[in-house]
This record gives sequence, structure tokens and C-alpha cells, in this order.
Amino acid sequence: MLAKRIIPCLDIKDGRTVKGVNFVNLRDAGDPVELGAKYSLAGADELVFLDITATNERRKTLSDLARDIARHLNIPFTIGGGIKHIDDVDVLLNAGADKVSINSAAVRRPELIDELAYAFGNQFVVVAVDAKNVDGEWFVHLNGGRVKTEHKLFDWAKEAQERGAGEILFTSMDHDGTKAGFANEALAQMSDLLSIPIIASGGAGNKEHFADVFTTGKADAGLAASIFHFGEVGIKELKDYLAEQQIPVRPV
Amino acid sequence: MIAVIDYNAGNIRSVLYALERIGVEHVLTSDHDVIRAADKVIFPGVGAAESTMKHLNETGLTELIRSLKQPVFGICVGMQLLCSHSEEGDVPCIGVFPERVKRFRPVNGDKVPHMGWNNVKLSANNNWVSKEVDNDFCYYVHSYYVETGADTVATTEYCGVEYAAMLQKDNFYAAQFHPEKSAAVGEQIIRDFLAVDN
Repeated sequence: MLAKRIIPCLDIKDGRTVKGVNFVNLRDAGDPVELGAKYSLAGADELVFLDITATNERRKTLSDLARDIARHLNIPFTIGGGIKHIDDVDVLLNAGADKVSINSAAVRRPELIDELAYAFGNQFVVVAVDAKNVDGEWFVHLNGGRVKTEHKLFDWAKEAQERGAGEILFTSMDHDGTKAGFANEALAQMSDLLSIPIIASGGAGNKEHFADVFTTGKADAGLAASIFHFGEVGIKELKDYLAEQQIPVRPV
Repeated sequence: MIAVIDYNAGNIRSVLYALERIGVEHVLTSDHDVIRAADKVIFPGVGAAESTMKHLNETGLTELIRSLKQPVFGICVGMQLLCSHSEEGDVPCIGVFPERVKRFRPVNGDKVPHMGWNNVKLSANNNWVSKEVDNDFCYYVHSYYVETGADTVATTEYCGVEYAAMLQKDNFYAAQFHPEKSAAVGEQIIRDFLAVDN
């Protein structure tokens, strides 16, 4: 039976792992490759690396990082952060990345999704969507949640699927950093609407939140950062708990 | 020497890194003589069947692969291309295995692609994969699957169908999942392939 995936997310700035609380205050949580290897051994099903460095050197830094990760890890990983062009993606895939995540660039120029899906296959393309609930309606936001767009979340997710996204990584900016649980209602609605897998992000605080996101939220994968980085929830402990709740997981 | 066939498919790099981690000598090549002379051949792949078959036909790799006598390991699309026909682009494939490749029809809210970790159930006739692998999880990413048949040596289930997770016939071995991305279990399967008799 297909297992629900547990995905630690590593935010990278200047080659180091950091985690923003509500995307603002950054805390250093170590070397990305070492941390990734640690998670792989601990039983993580997949890893996401998001580069939040804003420099011209980014493309090279990111491909070097992808190569290092691919060399040392034997589980799949997604890499993203500031990807704008098909050339950025080509470099990352040649370095050994399994999937790339695109976000703002896809909102600004949706054809990028079609181009990447055509060139590399749907399974390579993860469309990341950050959204906030504004007066009862979910809107896509850019730049770490600072810029509101006119895109409605569900319409945009559906469009991304139709253009060739292989997965949607949905972060609720309202839940991110709160540790009060995932945006289960919106996630379930998205899951019913789409036929591609959905990675839930934002709000994980404890084991029960993951059980909720896989049942009520109908998510295919649950992503979190700080609770893993700072040892608040262990991957094995989490998977043991989910198995007890009859949720299919790959045992550690 | 292990030859990994280079044919412009995506994500070949991860197979090379897996061989590097295991510490076995290998080369990425499309040179027919090098492939023919290798102890073992790995035929990886991520990509669309139609365009890939076109490339293999044009470069003579279809004929070459079919004629190989040493152990050959097809992975993911590599496995599907070793079958007789793919529904993806309605295209004839290499034809080592008579099985056919079909597209998943989603049922009960199952998502396509089949993406993530799922079981590998070894069949009774599987005589080369370590027994401890049985029922463990491997990493799959695919929208098309191979029907079970006489060459099926492991199965898994998705979208309400039980299909071939692994095939074997004569010197040809194949896995639908990605052993190079399947943690310790996957590494064991690669080692098992590297240990089969030539």
C-alpha cells in the first residue's frame, strides 16, 4: 500500500540550513547534507531543500548543493528556490536532483510549468503555492507571504495541474510557524479537486497534527521543518504513532 | 566493469551515484562496443516512452540491448522499454519481455503519478533478490505500469491493480521502482543484481 510520506524541509541560506518562524526570524540548524543524511537514516521518506539566498551566485551554489546531496543520500529529494528558467532546472537535474520546486516564477509566467513538464516530465515538477485566507477566501501570495496576488488558491492549483505539475506543495501562511496544526479543510478541498499528490506544509506541531493531515486533510505527504530540526518530534516516533492510527507509513 | 547506458534519459546521475556509494567500477556510455564488453549493463530511465524509443531506434541501441548476453538491469522506464508495447504514445518497445505497459486509471481517489514508497512483494519464483527485501518499501514514480505475466518476479498494488514491480527472464532483470532512491532496501537490490552470475 502506498505510504503517506514524511518530509523534513531544509531551508538553505548561504549554504546553511535555517528555519524561519513565519518566514522572518532565521535560526541556524546546520549543514544541509549532514542534516539530510541524518534524516535519511532516521527514516524520512523524502527531503525538500529550499534555497532562500538572494544572490547572483545562486544557480551555481544550488547545483553544487544538489550534487552533494545526490551523492550522499539514497532517498529522493526536491530542490528549489528562485528557479526562473528552464536552464536553472536543467542544471539541477543534471546534478542529480529528483524534482524541482517552482513558486513565484510559475505565478508570474505560468507557461514555465508547461515547459518544464514537456522537457523533463511531470514527475520532476513540484509547484509550490503559498496562500493566505483573506476574508474567507484563499489567495496565492508571493515573496514568502508578503505579496498578495489575485490568484485564488484552488483555481491556481487546478491550473498548475493542467499545465503539467506532478505535485503541489501547499503552504498555508496562516498556519506556518504556529505549530497549531495544518490547514486541513483547505487541503482536503484541494485533494478532492486535484488528481496529483499534495504535500501539506505549515503548522505541524506534534504527531497528532500529522495524523489529522493524512485523514481529515487527505494529504499525500506532510512536510515540516523546525519540529524535526530541533528534535521536538522524532521521525521514528512519528511513524510508529501513525502506524498505530492505521495510517500507512514506511516503517523505520 | 558496469556499463550504464547513456541515452539522454533524465536522472541517470542518481544511478551513477548509487554505484559510486557501493564502490563498484562503472561507466556512463552509449558506445556499443563498451556496452557489449561490460560485465553487467544497467538501463536506467525517466522519460516518455515514445520519444525515448525513437532515440533508441535511431542510435541502434534497441537492437544492441536486445542482443546483449550479460546481465542487464532495466530501471523504471528502462523496465517498461524492455517490454513489448507501451500505451504511452502507443509505441512498440524493445520486446525482451512479452508484457505490455498500460496507463493507471485512478480509482478511489488514488493520485497519478504513483509517487512514493510502496511494497515490493517477491514472487515465489524470484531467485535473485535477498529474501529480507520481501514486503519492504521502495520508491516509485510512474504513471504507466507493466501487467503481471510469466516473467513477473515481484508485484505491488496501486489504483486497484496488482502489477509487476520486477521482471526477470534469462539475462534480463528489471524493476519498476527506483532502487537507487530506495534507501538501504534499494541498495541491497542493486547489490543482488551485481552478484548474479554472468
